[in-house]
Amino acid sequence: MNIYVLLKKTFDTEEKIAVQNGKIEDDGAEFIINPYDEYAVEEAIVQRDKHGGEVTVVTIGDEDSEKQLRTALAMGADKAVLINTEEDLEEGDQFTTAKILEAFFEDKEADLILAGNVAIDEASGQVGPRLAELLGISCVTTITSLSIDGDTASIEKDVEGDVEIIETSLPVLVTCQQGLNDPRYPSLPGIMKAKKKPLEELEIDDLDLDEDDVEAKTKTIDIYLPPEKEAGKVLEGEVADQVKELVSLLKNDKKVL
Amino acid sequence: MSDKLLVIGEVRDNDIRNVSFEAIAAAKQIDADAEIVGVLFSDSDLTSAGEELIAYGADSVVTVTHDNLKTYTSEGYGQAVLEIIDELSPKGIVMGHTSIGKDLTPKVASRLSAGLISDVVDIEKNGDDNVFIRPIYSGKAFEKKTFADDFIFVTIRPNNIAALEKDASRSGEVNTKDIDIKDLRTIVKDVVRKTSEGVDLSEANVIVAGGRGVKSAEGFKPLYELADVLGGAVGASRGACDADYCDYALQIGQTGKVVTPDLYIAVGISGAIQHLAGMSNSKVIVAINKDAESNIFNIADYGIVGDLFEVIPLLIEEIKKVKA
Repeated sequence: MNIYVLLKKTFDTEEKIAVQNGKIEDDGAEFIINPYDEYAVEEAIVQRDKHGGEVTVVTIGDEDSEKQLRTALAMGADKAVLINTEEDLEEGDQFTTAKILEAFFEDKEADLILAGNVAIDEASGQVGPRLAELLGISCVTTITSLSIDGDTASIEKDVEGDVEIIETSLPVLVTCQQGLNDPRYPSLPGIMKAKKKPLEELEIDDLDLDEDDVEAKTKTIDIYLPPEKEAGKVLEGEVADQVKELVSLLKNDKKVL
Repeated sequence: MSDKLLVIGEVRDNDIRNVSFEAIAAAKQIDADAEIVGVLFSDSDLTSAGEELIAYGADSVVTVTHDNLKTYTSEGYGQAVLEIIDELSPKGIVMGHTSIGKDLTPKVASRLSAGLISDVVDIEKNGDDNVFIRPIYSGKAFEKKTFADDFIFVTIRPNNIAALEKDASRSGEVNTKDIDIKDLRTIVKDVVRKTSEGVDLSEANVIVAGGRGVKSAEGFKPLYELADVLGGAVGASRGACDADYCDYALQIGQTGKVVTPDLYIAVGISGAIQHLAGMSNSKVIVAINKDAESNIFNIADYGIVGDLFEVIPLLIEEIKKVKA
């Protein structure tokens, strides 16, 4: 089976966010594989081990993105592709990303494409479904189980806590939700092997795209931090009195009861 | 003829979801003069649901009834939406940022080669331009976005843009449109209900969330009781989910759901950055924790340092009293 994973690097979840001149300050920040994309990498490896074939991880990013690709290779992916847009694109949006990926997938004959359900930074969750539509293939988002038999994929999809049992045909693009699997940690031999696995680097020229073809449909005009919350009031006295005071504050001051 | 804005509504368990009414209010903010056309899909009659959309501010409603629209699929809904867009040529679309909204809108946007700004929490005006505000990094920061061309396509986060007051004297037409929904490649064979009935986490006005301090699945019982008394929903921290005290569907945080209820009661939650990202924009936050040094107290409006198993039952009694 020809399996692809769409991967994005994101800030580590424990990072604090700083803003300078309307942009996120990323100097010195720790980057990780977007946690939802880790489920996608793990599932790709599991499916390959079951059905044979090859796992290719694809990212759009800059030269630093190699680190997250190597991590995916160390987990067990076979090949990696970095589409480096650092020099060509000032600003892109989800339309941009999906168009670039469409061009990449044009000659790939993928059976299964996996992505995270959202990236924890911009959290739009658009790129997977947009790409599936551009490629004209089935798409199921927020999956928590996947089993493939021949050309048929049986899928469990999380719908705000309920589970839909879905059947569709390959090729399919799925986006992965928590609960799908437990992503493995790269093993030491895995890390050694990953250094020798193929990592191809492309630019948008190589995909026969111009900047105009992928020009963003939306613009970010400002980024700012929310006002800092003032530390509140820790109540004092007997527990029963604290509870009484709390209920009174919620009812009379905040009017939320 | 005035410009049209489509509002794609959602019916769940025979009721229109509140976020659909909020989407009508958002459409009014985007363009007060536009004709707001509500859109509803189902396999059964939607006339009364359509009238309800009108009572909440839609100028007219288009309903589509078809066997293939019984359960949401992106293909079925997608076919119906695209045909309506083709006929009405709206200048924009607004929908709730719900499970269905998240799944459907990127596909429709892709078909239209349009931009899509998802998970909008507020709309500002810059002259005649609409500026859409959305959280990034799970609410650790916010971004202001605009569209490069005229077409507007947004999903709005539940609980952030207030719906208009219901007014049954508003009038408008509810039209049924016949659309043949062709065979679907993707079929929903079954839906397994795991959520207890009642309030969905993303739309809840009150959330009672438990962390590792709750100590067991059994320990969540008083939290459910408290949520029940408040008409709210129960959520959890990653720690509590990882420890199997509850299902991942309840997880609130940077991985998990991001929520903004009016009242958030954090019980036995220490307040890791990953959790705070999912709830710190709640309007009022109450923290109950044994450890006075817990990070959660830094963002809470009110804190009680104490044993949750002692505090919660007292709190339930006291709330019952004031609600009686």
